[in-house]
Amino acid sequence: MGIRVCGISKRFGDFLAVDDVSFEVKTGELIALLGPSGSGKSTILRIIAGLEVPDKGEIYLRKTQVTSLTTQKRRVGFVFQHYALFKHMTVEKNIAFGLEVRKADGSFIRKKVAELIDLVKLQGYEKHYPDQLSGGQRQRVALARALATEPAVLLLDEPFGALDAKVRGNLAQWLREFHNQLQITSIFVTHDQEEAIEIADKIVVINRGRVEQMGNAREVYENPDSKFVASFIGRVNVLDAVAGDGRVVIKNTPYAVGNPDAAAMKDGDVVLLIRPEDVGILSGPHPYAIPVEVRRIHYRGSHYEVDCLVGSAFLRLIQSKNGFDSLELSEGKKISLVFNSYRVFEAQEGHAEVRAKLKELGYIE
Amino acid sequence: MGRMLLTACVIGWFLLLILFPVFGVVKEAFQGGIGAFVSNLKEASAVRSFLLTFWITLGTVVLNTVFGTILAVTLAKQRFRGKLIMEGLVDLPFAVSPVVAGFMFILLFGPNGWIGSWFEAGGIKIVYAFPGMLLATLFVTFPFVAREIIPVLKEFGLQQEEAAYVLGASRWQTFWKVTLPSIKWGLVYGITLTTARSIGEFGAVLVVSGSIINRTQTATLFIHQEFTDFNYSGAFSAAVVLALISFGILVFMQKVYGGKRRS
Repeated sequence: MGIRVCGISKRFGDFLAVDDVSFEVKTGELIALLGPSGSGKSTILRIIAGLEVPDKGEIYLRKTQVTSLTTQKRRVGFVFQHYALFKHMTVEKNIAFGLEVRKADGSFIRKKVAELIDLVKLQGYEKHYPDQLSGGQRQRVALARALATEPAVLLLDEPFGALDAKVRGNLAQWLREFHNQLQITSIFVTHDQEEAIEIADKIVVINRGRVEQMGNAREVYENPDSKFVASFIGRVNVLDAVAGDGRVVIKNTPYAVGNPDAAAMKDGDVVLLIRPEDVGILSGPHPYAIPVEVRRIHYRGSHYEVDCLVGSAFLRLIQSKNGFDSLELSEGKKISLVFNSYRVFEAQEGHAEVRAKLKELGYIE
Repeated sequence: MGRMLLTACVIGWFLLLILFPVFGVVKEAFQGGIGAFVSNLKEASAVRSFLLTFWITLGTVVLNTVFGTILAVTLAKQRFRGKLIMEGLVDLPFAVSPVVAGFMFILLFGPNGWIGSWFEAGGIKIVYAFPGMLLATLFVTFPFVAREIIPVLKEFGLQQEEAAYVLGASRWQTFWKVTLPSIKWGLVYGITLTTARSIGEFGAVLVVSGSIINRTQTATLFIHQEFTDFNYSGAFSAAVVLALISFGILVFMQKVYGGKRRS
C-alpha cells in the first residue's frame, strides 16, 4: 500500500472543503483526483503533503501514520500548479535544493542533478533561470526537483493546468510513460476528465468535498454511480422521461426505451443519461426505435456530430465519416435511433444541479 | 521658440532651487580656504556630532531592518485579528510631524513620563540622552523597510515557500534561501531610505535630545547650533559633508534601482 487516506475532513470557516474522504493508492499506481474547481481535490492533496492539517482523519504513507508529521518529514514529492520554481535560482540549483537543505554530499548532489536533468531532457538548460524557460520546461524542472529527494510518493496539483492544449496532451502522455518507467506511487489532481481517463490507473471522482466514485477509467465512464459522475465524466445527453408499468417513456413522446432494470425502478419522473457514442442510427425495424428529425450537423474533422430533436429535447450523437456518408444524413432528414446503453436516475435528486453543470460545460442549451 | 523658452525655464528653476543653494553652501564652507574647512570639521564638537549621527543611524538601520522585516513577513503572511488596522498604522510615522513625535516620546519617556519615571528610578536616562534620540529616529524611519517589502512579499505569495518546506527545508532555511533573496532589492532600498532619513532627521531628535553641546548633538543639530551662533563657516563646512553623504546615498539608490530593474 502506497497511500491511505482515512476519513479526512477539513473546514475553512463555514466552508466544508473536504468531507469524510477515504481512499487508497497501491504502491506504484498513478491515480487521478478528478473533480470540478472548488470540489476540494487540491485540499486533499495538500493534506496528504502536510501543507494543510485535517480537522479529522488520518493519512498513511507506506503503512506509516504521518498525520502529525510536518511537511518536511513526510518526504513526499509535490509539483505545484504554477510550478513554484525558485525564481532566483538556476535550473540546476532548483533541482539540487532538496538535497542541499538535507545536507547531502556535494559530489552526490552533482551526480543526482545530472541524472535528473537527463531524465527530464533538459540538457543544456542547467544554467537557465525559470524566467528563461517555456511552460513545459518549467513543469519538467518542477518534476525533477520533486524527484531529487527520492520521495516514495509523488503528488501533482493540476500538473498541466497552466499549459496550452497542445503541450498539455504531449506532456500528459510523457508523464504516463515516465511513471511506467519509475513506478512511483503518484496522485495527480485534475479537472480535465480526458486527462484523467488518458493517463490514470484509477480515478477518484470528487464533488463537494466527497468521493463520488472510484474505479478504473472504464468503470467510471461506463458505470457511473451518480448523475454527477455520469455528467462530469465525458459528454452526455440528458432526457427527461417517465417510468411506470415497467416501461420508461421519453417525455413528450409516445416512445419507450428498452430498459432491463425498468421493473426495479420506482414509478415517476426519471432522467436518462446517454452518451453520444451510445446512440445508434437504425437502418431496419427495431422494437425500441425512436423516430427523430436531424436538426443540425457539425463537422468535427475526424467525425460528425449530429443534433436530433426527440420530443422537445435535443440529443447529440456521434457518427463516423463512413457511417455518415452511407446514411446520407442531411439536416431535416427523418431517421430512427436506438440507445445502445444509457443510465436511469431518479429525477428528484439534484436534477437541476446536473442540468446547470451541463449547461456550464456547454453540453445542453 | 516655445520649446527653447520651456528649456530655459527648467534650467532656471533647477539653478535657482538646487545648484545655487548647493554652490552657496560650498562657497561659504570654503570661505577661509581648505585649511579653515578642515579645522572646522576637526573641532571636537563637530567630530562628536558626526559620530553620534553615525551611531544613531547604525542602530536605527539594524533595529528597523530586523523588526521591519519581521513586521512585513507577519503582515504579508499571517492571518489574525486587527491585521488591517496594523497595516494602516505602519504608515502613521509618515503622517505625524517629527516634532510632534518628539513630544510624544518626552511625554512617555521623560523624567516624569509614564515609562520614563520608571527608568529614572533605575538611574537610566532616556530622554535628553542617546536612547531617546535612537527611539525618536526609529519612530520616524519605522515605515521605510516594512513599506518597501510588504508589496514584494505579497506578490511573492506562499507557493515557493511551501515548495521549500515539502523539499525538507526548515522555516529558517526557507527564509534565508527562498524568502530573503526574493525581497533583497526591496530590502536594500528600504535600508537606503532609512539611512538617508536617519542622517538627515532634525525635528524629532531636536525635541528629545535637548541639543546639549558635545553630548546630545547630532550633525544636523550641530549645524543648526553653529548657524544660530553666527558661526557660518563651521555650519556650512558640516553641511557640505552631510550633503556629500546624501549625494553618495543618492548614487547608491540609483544603482539599486538599476539592480531592481535587471532582476
